[in-house]
Amino acid sequence: MTDTARPAIADAVRQRLARRHRAEGRFQAFGIGAIVLAITFLVVLLGTILIQASGAFTHYTLTLPVTLEREIADPRGDMSEASLRRGSYNQLIQTSLQTEFPAASSRAELRELFGLYSGLNAASIMRRVVADPSLVGTDIAVTMPVNHEIDLYLKGVTVEESFRAGSGMLTPDGTAGDVMLSGATAVFASAIERIRQQAIEGRDASLARAARLEADAGAAENRDAREAALAAARRARDEAARFDPVIDPETPVTLGPRTASLLVRINGGVVAVSSLDPDGRSAQGRVLLPLQSAAGSREWTEWVIETPSAGRRVTDQQAVYARALEERGMVDRRFNTNLFFNADSREPELAGVLGAFIGSVLTMLVTMLLAVPVGVGTAIYLEEFAPKNRLTGFIEVNINNLAAVPSIVFGLLGLAVFINTFGLPRSAPLVGGMVLALMTLPTVIISSRAALRAVPPSIREAALGVGASRTQAVFQHVLPLAMPGILTGSIIGLAQALGETAPLLMIGMVAFVADAPSLGISGLTQPSTVMPVQVFLWAGASERAFEMRTAAAILVLLTLMILFNAVAIVLRRRFERRW
Amino acid sequence: MADAAAPNSSTLYHPVRIDQPVKVAAAGVEVFYADKQALHGINLNIHDRSVTAFIGPSGCGKSTFLRCINRMNDTIDTARVFGSIRIDDEEINDRGVDPVLLRARVGMVFQKPNPFPKSIYDNVAYGPRIHGLASGKDELDAVVETSLKKAGLWDEVADRLDQPGNSLSGGQQQRLVIARAIAVNPEVILMDEPCSALDPIATARIEELIDELRENYCLIIVTHSMAQAARVSQMTAFFHLGHLVEYGPTEEIFTNPRDRRTQDYITGRFG
Repeated sequence: MTDTARPAIADAVRQRLARRHRAEGRFQAFGIGAIVLAITFLVVLLGTILIQASGAFTHYTLTLPVTLEREIADPRGDMSEASLRRGSYNQLIQTSLQTEFPAASSRAELRELFGLYSGLNAASIMRRVVADPSLVGTDIAVTMPVNHEIDLYLKGVTVEESFRAGSGMLTPDGTAGDVMLSGATAVFASAIERIRQQAIEGRDASLARAARLEADAGAAENRDAREAALAAARRARDEAARFDPVIDPETPVTLGPRTASLLVRINGGVVAVSSLDPDGRSAQGRVLLPLQSAAGSREWTEWVIETPSAGRRVTDQQAVYARALEERGMVDRRFNTNLFFNADSREPELAGVLGAFIGSVLTMLVTMLLAVPVGVGTAIYLEEFAPKNRLTGFIEVNINNLAAVPSIVFGLLGLAVFINTFGLPRSAPLVGGMVLALMTLPTVIISSRAALRAVPPSIREAALGVGASRTQAVFQHVLPLAMPGILTGSIIGLAQALGETAPLLMIGMVAFVADAPSLGISGLTQPSTVMPVQVFLWAGASERAFEMRTAAAILVLLTLMILFNAVAIVLRRRFERRW
Repeated sequence: MADAAAPNSSTLYHPVRIDQPVKVAAAGVEVFYADKQALHGINLNIHDRSVTAFIGPSGCGKSTFLRCINRMNDTIDTARVFGSIRIDDEEINDRGVDPVLLRARVGMVFQKPNPFPKSIYDNVAYGPRIHGLASGKDELDAVVETSLKKAGLWDEVADRLDQPGNSLSGGQQQRLVIARAIAVNPEVILMDEPCSALDPIATARIEELIDELRENYCLIIVTHSMAQAARVSQMTAFFHLGHLVEYGPTEEIFTNPRDRRTQDYITGRFG
């Protein structure tokens, strides 16, 4: 403690201190950075899912007046249930639609008309009639979802289109079949301009692709690759050449599957233009919706569907039918109840998560009833009663190892033991629940043991000290104190099981199940699927409409998980408050 | 079984000097934790209706010996106890003796107050309930009231029996724990450093209580405070390194210790 030594130490300390503060600041910055990054990812993830799913919560429905004719609804004429079940209800829907569009007569037109909805909807009318046979012979209103492609078109997801008021007088030369539309001035000039512009863009894109492929061919390392690239480039150039007639300003503009469609709404009907005079004064076309008169009119609409018909699943004719029905108030956008109250279906517009939801509830019930009592019981025995010897040590190590076993292995075990040896049914929530219970057990045991170990030994001593038996000490004092921890661990384990797919694939819960299992004991052995598997199945489906439904199903699953965790938190709070 | 006169044991035995009968008689008690011997051949007679203090430096085995008297060492997997301990001439280490029943006869108070995380009432009523000592609510109420009165806590908590035991102050909690022990009407009460977590005022209160309880119970108290041992006890036992070094009337131990180690300890030369 001399005066000379002191300043030196203080300097050294001060220098080190600055370094230590910097290190601390750095660490905090990293921590905050990590949190910000995590939150950003979470927001982006949830945001994408929400945006994707938003389209699935509403859908377009078609409401039709349907006359339940006796001979069609009741083919045997005895009003028995068997007879009513055999009624051709789809035919009744078709008749009603045909009344809406009497001009549709050819096979092709009818196919497109009937393609507006799925024939599976007939089943819902059948159920209504079977439930109330007095409906036979009366008129009923039938509301059903439109075909998923039509739905996506009406939502503006798959098809780009625009409506623009026409300028100048336009006169059709007929009301049906092939017609010619003549204008007093160059009424179609702007439409031609837009179609040409689109064709030029298409051609340029094809040429650019061809050039890129040719460059690839030049750099290709072997002959096969070079020739494949050259062939592809040739195809791209051919494609580009197809746009030339449209672009050429001298020849008539011919519209086809690779160009935009031009529809003209006039006199209450619609004409699909097939070719336009280059001067923009007249157009040839076919009537898709009959005109009320052949009089000239200034009130007409230029309806351009920019997506070429080759690139969409909705034909011009179907677009016309759909828009006409919408105008008549028969097609409108509603909340999609099917998504929540239907089981799975081949048709996206009819598919819902109810079956998977009930399957998940039943599976979780089985898992909970097996994993929680057995797991907590095991934990209590191992922690409070079992002697600490080699055998219990061995068991402990194995339980810890089980927690790290890939979940699909439990699926294999379930297949081999529960299904093949015990002969339990495939695809059943009972077996799914048992498999998931096996998977959840280690988590429940480990977390329950940790919770029991965290109870201060003074509580055990206090209970034993007044003469409680070991069992009394554990069940009356230790267990209640460990309960919040045990509950948290169990619910985390169950939430993990709720989101599990892999082991369920092995026991056949990936099957397509069109009927929701009943919510009861009998449902335990009925084939069903669960929420995450439903997400998996829909994500693999080819229909575009399943894309948004997948996102919606993920949201339902997430909601279920959040509910689960909320229950966990509430339970924990309640138990904690009691002590 | 280890012999009472183990070769390295330096137990000095004082003849009984107080006028109460012997309640607890220990002979040749040895305790092992795994392979480590914690107690070497302890011979000791403890008298009824008096306070016996165990003193000694940390790790000397006084708490271990205390825990032998209600067989709390049974709860430690690695602990093995040899020798004989008789309470009222009944061997407690016999196989036929149920430790649960024994602990109802021999109550225990621990170093840190450890009330159950339940109401004050339930804390005191727990023992009588599990042993079926009271039939009906009225009788149980009476047991709770007398126990709390004996523990000197009744006046402070009478109007809030339904509040959690943990909400009391440290000293009150310790008295609650004593009331809990009294409620099962034990014959012997073991106290393992009951005041080490308390402030001087709470300590004084507990010491008063110990002195009152002496009228009816056989009390054994482990303490680090020699002043406390001198204040509350009639007999004192000094433990050192697992041996009982000296045992006798308190004033004799403190004024005229026979063993050099006792003298060194009480004069503060080690410990």
